[in-house]
Amino acid sequence: MSNRLESLLACPLPIDDDAIVQMAHGGGGRKMANLIERLFLPAFNSPALSALGDGAVVEVGGERLAFSTDTFVVSPPFFPGGDIGSLAIHGTANDLAVCGAEPIGFSVGLVLEEGFAIDQLRRIIASLADASAAIGAPILTGDTKVVERGKGDSVYINTSGIGRMRPGVNVAPDRAVAGDVVLVSGPVGDHGIAVMAARNGIEFETTLHSDSAPVLPLVRALLDVAPETKAMRDPTRGGLATALCEIADASRAGIRIDEAAVPVRPEVRAACEVLGFDPLYVACEGRFLAIVPPHRAEAALDALRATADGETACRIGEVVADDPGRVVLRTRIGSHRRLDRLSGEQLPRIC
Amino acid sequence: MRHLDEYRDPAAVRILIDQIAAATTQPWTIMEVCGGQTHSILKFGLDELLPPTIRLIHGPGCPVCVTPLEQIDKALEIAARSGVIFCSFGDMLRVPGSTGDLLSAKARGADVRIVYSPLDALKIAAREPDRRVVFFAVGFETTAPANAMAVYRAAQAGISNFSLLMAHVLVPPALTALLSDPDSVIQALLAPGHVCVVTGYRAYEPLAARYRVPIIVTGFEPLDLLRGVLAAVRQLEAGEARVENQYERVARPDGNPSARDVLDEVFAVANRKWRGLGEIPASGYALAPAYRAFDAEVVFGLQHLAVEEPRDCLSGLVLQGRIRPTECPQFGARCTPEHPLGATMVSSEGACAAYFHYGRKAVAHGG
Repeated sequence: MSNRLESLLACPLPIDDDAIVQMAHGGGGRKMANLIERLFLPAFNSPALSALGDGAVVEVGGERLAFSTDTFVVSPPFFPGGDIGSLAIHGTANDLAVCGAEPIGFSVGLVLEEGFAIDQLRRIIASLADASAAIGAPILTGDTKVVERGKGDSVYINTSGIGRMRPGVNVAPDRAVAGDVVLVSGPVGDHGIAVMAARNGIEFETTLHSDSAPVLPLVRALLDVAPETKAMRDPTRGGLATALCEIADASRAGIRIDEAAVPVRPEVRAACEVLGFDPLYVACEGRFLAIVPPHRAEAALDALRATADGETACRIGEVVADDPGRVVLRTRIGSHRRLDRLSGEQLPRIC
Repeated sequence: MRHLDEYRDPAAVRILIDQIAAATTQPWTIMEVCGGQTHSILKFGLDELLPPTIRLIHGPGCPVCVTPLEQIDKALEIAARSGVIFCSFGDMLRVPGSTGDLLSAKARGADVRIVYSPLDALKIAAREPDRRVVFFAVGFETTAPANAMAVYRAAQAGISNFSLLMAHVLVPPALTALLSDPDSVIQALLAPGHVCVVTGYRAYEPLAARYRVPIIVTGFEPLDLLRGVLAAVRQLEAGEARVENQYERVARPDGNPSARDVLDEVFAVANRKWRGLGEIPASGYALAPAYRAFDAEVVFGLQHLAVEEPRDCLSGLVLQGRIRPTECPQFGARCTPEHPLGATMVSSEGACAAYFHYGRKAVAHGG
């Protein structure tokens, strides 16, 4: 059999199909990273953009401002725990918050499909208004476009936001150093699974709600007691693992995560087991992770746990000198494996 | 989580590891057959915990990986036809064919949909009678009953715009091919527990006797796998070669009779090509003559499309457990999940994907 096998031990050539856009180009994983690094950054040649933070920090008239933008294509537009309107404000507000900024205001751009029900639009607009009011930052400007029926999918929203940087705060993904502690503000993966459960074509029932919420009150509580916080991220597409990879990569430090310490709701774990997902890669829209110096870790945790959404904040790992640029998970049974960036798309159109 | 945490209990894992170490007096090579088992081993780092004398090699039990190029090309050909809705499990979409993959076909305009069950594809067919709905029936004995049931229901309901593109393979003939190879290094097998849930494990008894290998019916959680390894080591050390069931909570000697009934009704055993192993007699399923009208190859006139497998990656050797993924010179270099040379790098059950995703070259052990 061996000789016959030799002629058959073969697979086809790789398909380099980047001549056209595929879903994975928007998935938050490697394909999107390639698009950003190879197409966008060289073309725009902008130092603020090249820092690849959740938002850009620019100095205007001696004041440091944060500026961020995000586009929302979530399907379905209404899901347990939120809708595309509140999500569009939370997403951009959270990007500003984890830059260390206090939001000043937002822009809202709507792309509507011909035939979309005005009643539904009214709900989304009310939701945008409520979310921005709750954060205390108004909608400053907006734009509306309509495309023909069949040329869009109900509603897409772009929001941008500007914020004022907190004095004395300097967070950036490249600032993590060995000894720092990794904190997460609450259980991960709720949003991704809640949206998946609401989606047509997947039949499983859950009482789970999206975690879509502003993280600003939590970030304020953290920075009040730990202004030396090194880095913060809101783990949206690609989840906690991808956010950690970005920090490890930028800082060239290693990150050790203890699987047993990462908070995951039982419903999320169960859904992930059934669907074949890893909760560490499922999107959150109301959590953030913070890298804090060790001497501030306890105070930071106490401050987070005293907030309304932060009761389950916890320490999940630390920055180490080993394995620079890599995230290593200590599993529940005591073995180790690497957490890498997501490859391909896991859950399309989750935000 | 109930029914899960008890099979991942760290203290129980430690006890089993100690028992395996105590039972082992010499090196043994054990193959886990199923790709799901391979992923669990890598995900939980079980090979790291085992004594170095126990070598686990990874078997051919990834249906996506062993699906020949020919069937991928047929899928692409069908998906590109007008009026077709091509449904598949998500795993198949990134497997490269001769000219592209199903994801790129979708990006070019083909109506390719991921479904979680063939019965969902049947629902689409009932909803859209003017379209031709094809489900890519890939898998081992595990997924076969649901696919057979979809065809059975389509026939009962008179849904004629539904068909299957068949790529069903069977485990025992592939194991026979591996074990009969004079170069085989396999000393014991962890048989795929979920396949045995459907078919039972009597078919493995002649294999164990003929090739003198212990065959342990094994599950997929850390404790299941370690119990499988322990049972294999104990038999090897005692010079025994029996079929032993370590997955009693779901696997029965005769499997699931209802599932076997629908398989007998709708499918017939046929010769099949395997990527990496070539054509193996009586190693898969075709639709039974009475159900030929649901065979997509007949519906679309593709029975005679034959594609040679070009030689460019070593997944055939990986699928036979002859090399580890990291021993392939292309691993992580020319071959990555974004640019796979072969299916083993893209399937969620593929051994190369498991090694890549779980960073097997890179992790510093201990600590």
